[in-house]
Amino acid sequence: MKKDRRNLNFILGCVICAVMLLLVILGFFYTPYGPDAMNGPDKFAAPSLRHLMGADQFGRDIFSRVLKGLGTTGWISLVTVAIGGLTGTLVGALTGYYGGILDEILMRINDILTAFPSFLLALVFISVLGPGKGNLIMALSIAFIPSFARVVRGEFLLYRERDYVKSAKLWGASGIRIMFIHILPNALPVILSSAAIGFNNAVLAEASLSYLGIGVQPPDASLGRMISEASAYLFSAPWCAVFPGVMIILLILGFGMISDGLKR
Amino acid sequence: MNRKSLLRHLTVLGVLTLTIALGGCSGDKTEKGSEAVPGKESSQVSSGEPSMGGSIVVGIPQDLEDSLDPHKMVAAGTKEVLFNINEGLVKPDSDGNLIEAVASHYDISEDGKTYTFTLRDGVKFHNGNPVTVDDVIYSIERCADATGGEPLVPAYSNIESIEADGNNVVITLKEPNTEFLAYMTTAIIPKDYNELDTQPVGTGPFRYVSRSPQENIVIEKFADYWGEPAYLDQVEFKIVADADTIVMSLKGGSIDMYARLTSSQAAELKEDFNIEEGTMNLVQALYLNHAEAPFDNKLVRQAMCYAVNPQEVMMMIADGKGTEIGSSMFPAFGKYYVEDLKDMYTQDLNKAKELLTEAGYPDGFDMTITVPSNYQPHIDTAQVLVEQLKQVGIRATIQMIEWDSWLSDVYADHNYQSTVVGVDASALTARALLERFTTGNSGNFINYSNPEYDSLFQQAVSTADDAKQVEIYKQMETLLAEDAANVYIQDLADLVALNKKYGGYTFYPLYVQDMSKIYLVKQ
Repeated sequence: MKKDRRNLNFILGCVICAVMLLLVILGFFYTPYGPDAMNGPDKFAAPSLRHLMGADQFGRDIFSRVLKGLGTTGWISLVTVAIGGLTGTLVGALTGYYGGILDEILMRINDILTAFPSFLLALVFISVLGPGKGNLIMALSIAFIPSFARVVRGEFLLYRERDYVKSAKLWGASGIRIMFIHILPNALPVILSSAAIGFNNAVLAEASLSYLGIGVQPPDASLGRMISEASAYLFSAPWCAVFPGVMIILLILGFGMISDGLKR
Repeated sequence: MNRKSLLRHLTVLGVLTLTIALGGCSGDKTEKGSEAVPGKESSQVSSGEPSMGGSIVVGIPQDLEDSLDPHKMVAAGTKEVLFNINEGLVKPDSDGNLIEAVASHYDISEDGKTYTFTLRDGVKFHNGNPVTVDDVIYSIERCADATGGEPLVPAYSNIESIEADGNNVVITLKEPNTEFLAYMTTAIIPKDYNELDTQPVGTGPFRYVSRSPQENIVIEKFADYWGEPAYLDQVEFKIVADADTIVMSLKGGSIDMYARLTSSQAAELKEDFNIEEGTMNLVQALYLNHAEAPFDNKLVRQAMCYAVNPQEVMMMIADGKGTEIGSSMFPAFGKYYVEDLKDMYTQDLNKAKELLTEAGYPDGFDMTITVPSNYQPHIDTAQVLVEQLKQVGIRATIQMIEWDSWLSDVYADHNYQSTVVGVDASALTARALLERFTTGNSGNFINYSNPEYDSLFQQAVSTADDAKQVEIYKQMETLLAEDAANVYIQDLADLVALNKKYGGYTFYPLYVQDMSKIYLVKQ
């Protein structure tokens, strides 16, 4: 019974994410209007057949911008999780498997990074590096390493005492081989699940930073940037903020459900 | 921290000689204020019985980072606040006239070389001391001091002598100068007072109370003010550095007033706020750094002028409000303003492409527009410009930076490609707008250099004939337009939101907020 529920989550999550992915791909090849094309007469046009999601303060088509923004946000989050996740996994694997002085050094550095809220850490990086897409990805990636490192290290600590690892050692397998061929696959569900959660956090972090005006720069569209610009017109033209907002919710819901379904 | 304060000092140093208010906006005026000022409204839109007392919170886009010293401030955003604290011998009124302030009377000799100011009786500084002739002489000499190179007020290099004569101050000029009175708005400060930067003291209707960096500046009513007292007891200027939060802050009640809104922001607020409309009195343009390729090429600059349509910008950001301009001069300057210049580059995409091809950029080029992140009208303008430039193949990207960084990187260090801002004038003369583009001027942040322009400027400041001077200034404006020194856009419409509890908002032809005229409406 319980298992079914989890699977339902997983399936629903996959469906939502698939739809999102389709929208991103659609936005990559086709948008009804240019995402940045301005059109004076359509300023603040309400949703209609002409503009499915309405138009913003420059008469830009919100549907087109949402497609583009979804791509931007998704891409930033994906790269962030990929870089942060890979680095984190590597650090976690090395420290968890070998332990010793390396473990001490890397994990203390990790502790220092963890001591800062990741959002604050990203803010600091951005104020040093300057705003922009590339810097945003870099800042978020670094902020995401500690959580991955911690989770992966825990898994490796657990598995390195297992009998099959010990016997692999006796067979003379190298440390690298044991880590990545023998242990990593067992840790994979946990890593994937944290990647899904990490992706959600990255989406939110990108949206928040862009909302604060230090992420994606105008006129580029990202979901957070769009909400930020639309917040001033929340009451007179709610569609400007609602649709990008709904997209963020769906994206997070989708990945949240997948990560739920993946657990155990 | 160290680096930042160093930068700040450099910035201030770099710009201190020309008090230019450069902020997102500005204002300025005709010389003796006798000209009509089109587009400016001094009417008090909000009605209702004024009552004494109360307080208000005014949102401002930037902290007063440059200096609280009225002689050293450079940003328009600083001037608009300090206007309430400091006064000169004369000061501008809302119609653009120069009226007597610390001086009760002035005389200009027949030959235009001797100015005699009679001190007003009973004017007191905020520290309680009466204003004396010594204070006045000290203030003016401080601005005329040329030991550090250019004097704080460059026009003061024309001063031959300043002398006390009983209750009078007599200023003798080396050369007759018709613009000189406009520069007598220099703040009068107490003699040998060294804490202007932290605790400014002036003679205005409000006195300085406190400042929290990046948070607020508080001023309160000065009870011993010589003139018409302020209605409100206290005014807090609160820094709203993120343009996206302005509307929410107004609606949420954390600020009561905000000037220079976009039309979309104003539309969102019109039900709960009184929206007053005037002009900002500044030159908004896409300022180009002539030291950077390809902007050193006149053909490229002209192509950009042909690619841009200011009318469309105004339509997008202000529903068509604003005045299109074609050079560094705006309509409030009356006699100096050459209206026809705005038609020099009517949008013509083919022409723009031809010019780009001729300049060697048939496929356009990449460029960066740096915009201060606290000025929504400039951010919006930049976004429209990106689209317009795209039509001729110029690929522009926007980089938003903090106001502090703008002052240091762009304005002081000239480290940028292009920027959208508004430049105002610090005095009521054309010189205040045009002098900055002379070669080597500390305010010449676009690195414009044209020997013909420089020699015209020399002629203009050395002539005593007003009509001839106006003519030369007009030639200088025309030269700027012909050289396409910048992509001139507009003098922006100024939309001010004021909570309905208050009344008395008054527009000035300068970049100031006169808080002494604002009152709580009697319930």
